[in-house]
Amino acid sequence: MLSRTADHLFWMSRYIERAENLARLLDVTWQMSLVPQSLDAANQNWNAVIALNSLEETYAKKYSTVNADNVLRFMVSDPDNYASIHSCLRLARENAHAVRGTITTEMWETLNSTWLEAREKSFEQISNAGVGEFFEWVKMRSSLSRGVTMGTLLQDKAYHFIRLGTLLERADNTARILDVKYHVLRPHGDEGATDFYQWGALLRSVSGFEVYRKVYRDVITPERVTELLILRDDMPRSLHFCMNGVVKNLDLVANSLSNETQRQAGLLHAQLHYGRVEDILADDLHQWLTDFMDRIYLLGDGISKDFLVPMSEAA
Amino acid sequence: MNFYNEMIDTNGGVRAHYQGYDEWLKATPPERIARKRAEADLAFHRVGITFAVYGEEAGKERLIPFDIIPRIIPSAEWKSMQKGMRQRVTALNMFLRDIYHDQEILKAGKIPTEQVMNNAQYRAEMQGVDVPGDIYAHIAGVDMVRAGEGECYVLEDNLRVPSGVSYMLEDRKMMMRLFPELFAKHKVAPVQHYPDMLLEKLRAVAPKGVSNPTVVVMTPGAYNSAYFEHTFLAQQMGVELVEGRDLFVKDEVVYMRTTQGPQRVDVIYRRIDDDFMDPLAFRPDSSLGVPGILKAYQAGNVTLSNAIGTGVADDKSIYPYVPEMIRFYLGEEPILNNVPTYMCRKPDDLKYVLAHLSELVVKEVHGAGGYGMLVGPASTKEQIEHFRQLLIAKPDGYIAQPTLALSNCPTFVEEGIAPRHLDLRPFVLSSGNCVNMVPGGLTRVALTKGSLVVNSSQGGGTKDTWVLED
Repeated sequence: MLSRTADHLFWMSRYIERAENLARLLDVTWQMSLVPQSLDAANQNWNAVIALNSLEETYAKKYSTVNADNVLRFMVSDPDNYASIHSCLRLARENAHAVRGTITTEMWETLNSTWLEAREKSFEQISNAGVGEFFEWVKMRSSLSRGVTMGTLLQDKAYHFIRLGTLLERADNTARILDVKYHVLRPHGDEGATDFYQWGALLRSVSGFEVYRKVYRDVITPERVTELLILRDDMPRSLHFCMNGVVKNLDLVANSLSNETQRQAGLLHAQLHYGRVEDILADDLHQWLTDFMDRIYLLGDGISKDFLVPMSEAA
Repeated sequence: MNFYNEMIDTNGGVRAHYQGYDEWLKATPPERIARKRAEADLAFHRVGITFAVYGEEAGKERLIPFDIIPRIIPSAEWKSMQKGMRQRVTALNMFLRDIYHDQEILKAGKIPTEQVMNNAQYRAEMQGVDVPGDIYAHIAGVDMVRAGEGECYVLEDNLRVPSGVSYMLEDRKMMMRLFPELFAKHKVAPVQHYPDMLLEKLRAVAPKGVSNPTVVVMTPGAYNSAYFEHTFLAQQMGVELVEGRDLFVKDEVVYMRTTQGPQRVDVIYRRIDDDFMDPLAFRPDSSLGVPGILKAYQAGNVTLSNAIGTGVADDKSIYPYVPEMIRFYLGEEPILNNVPTYMCRKPDDLKYVLAHLSELVVKEVHGAGGYGMLVGPASTKEQIEHFRQLLIAKPDGYIAQPTLALSNCPTFVEEGIAPRHLDLRPFVLSSGNCVNMVPGGLTRVALTKGSLVVNSSQGGGTKDTWVLED
């Protein structure tokens, strides 16, 4: 497979996955803001969304205050924000366009029509219809594109690079969602009804609420949520699940340059495979997640150098 | 002017080969037709069968309008066209082989030597280079028009990078999806095997000694007007779609960069003009090409399709000599007509052209795509005067032809069904031993009332083309 083709496939799947997770993050923030709380606390939650995506500067250029309406507008449909859902859907479509001969017709049609529809939705329309409905739509379109990929694409290298992109992005995004919510929710003694709703919303944002019930059949505790989202390898949005897939797909596309990247992926995977939740929580979870996200970033960088944009002719 | 109508005869009756369609059209409720036409629009959009228009906002894409009334060609008529195209393309390939080798046709005085040797499309780099099977134009798009009963003309031989075949295939797919009942009723010759035929031809012209050649399609990139077609053909043939930056040359061998390291490439179906293919040999500012690829080609290590330098045979200044080529190389009389052409570089011709501008079609010798032409009868005084100045300033840059009474065909337009002018571009494939084509081709239709310019860049649309089997 052409390196450039693999590059487009990898980013196509990353962008659609990113759009979905952004919708999930905004959805949970939105839902949490509906639970009675002080205005300060609410705005702090919205601020965290900006900070998490390192968008403070871009945001400050356009908006003077942080509030629900501004942040949603910025993250949902601002074409100038390269990290908005609008931009992610456009970039997913542009990458697909560049390799539309490699992906199946159904995949192309799905991503193309997703973009065409998204382009027609103004923020006012989205807002009037209720942002929740829009987030559901984004999730459905992402599910559709994933389903169409699995249901129609030959499982060759193209498929493996698509899976790599999806899982690497999801690992990063789940870590981010957990990180941004955990600092608001970290156990501090005053357990009450608020916490239940907040934890419930967090679980729902990663489609984990029902999973949690099924797995633990017990009250929601921060330890278990952390365990579910980081260590359970049968939970499709957990870090462990994602790393299983990254290691597997990396093995399937391996070349003469990729030894080090595979080793790094294996190391990270081992940490999840043999890790214990009490050890992770004994240290600072925020620090642990930051370290994890850094390593995911380095993995992406390694994949890029080994496969996608080979510098030398020997590659 | 009286125009030949493909569907209706001069007495207002429906021609025999359109009877079935006409009955269907009359029996089908207008609401259903309207619904189906909307469905077609939506589907084309969703599939993204679009083309970019130069000069409009970068990356902007438009649909090429699709009309649901097919252009129908009876079998006997197609057979004679097919024979004519075989003859013509064979002669053109022999001409190219001759020009880049011994130049017998010039020595025989059939074509003025300076017309060929001073032609901007003549590539000295190709002199003495042998190409597989002596075929230069593996893919040719021959533009044909009808002026009257049995009166067909070739307007242009496109031997560089003819496009449009994807629309031919998608139009058929759409027609079958919208109105399957029509295909149960008519014996329409299939066209869907075109990509297989193309792949077979490309494999057949691989460099000597390569038994299982790696074929690729090369595109200038996603912003090219025909990008959809490039991806479409690569996908249909199951080969890689590459850009210049995906390829490199080492020791006169072409490789592509893959996730598993470099892989050798044997045949390149390139959709990039000669000028941009190799910055070391042609335009140094080209970032679309591959440095050193010409050397690899000259060494016979890779086949380019079409060959470098085919433009010298489809140039409008060479066009008038094609009938002579057929006589010279094949010893046959041309089956297809050439449009009588005035070469403005000849003082007598120029004089005539200047005196009859309002009746003639004037074309730039190197123009293409309907840009830079004057249709006399449809032009204003100012436009005609503007061209008069151009002609006087640079007579050898232009040719002129009588305005042909292009045939027309009923077409859905805003005010209902009305006749619109059309042409036909069959795609002719050649390899060492044979010349093939799928029945029909791309029918382009000028949607503006009275317009004789069918190019999609000028607002033209397309129709499905049916060759009826006996």
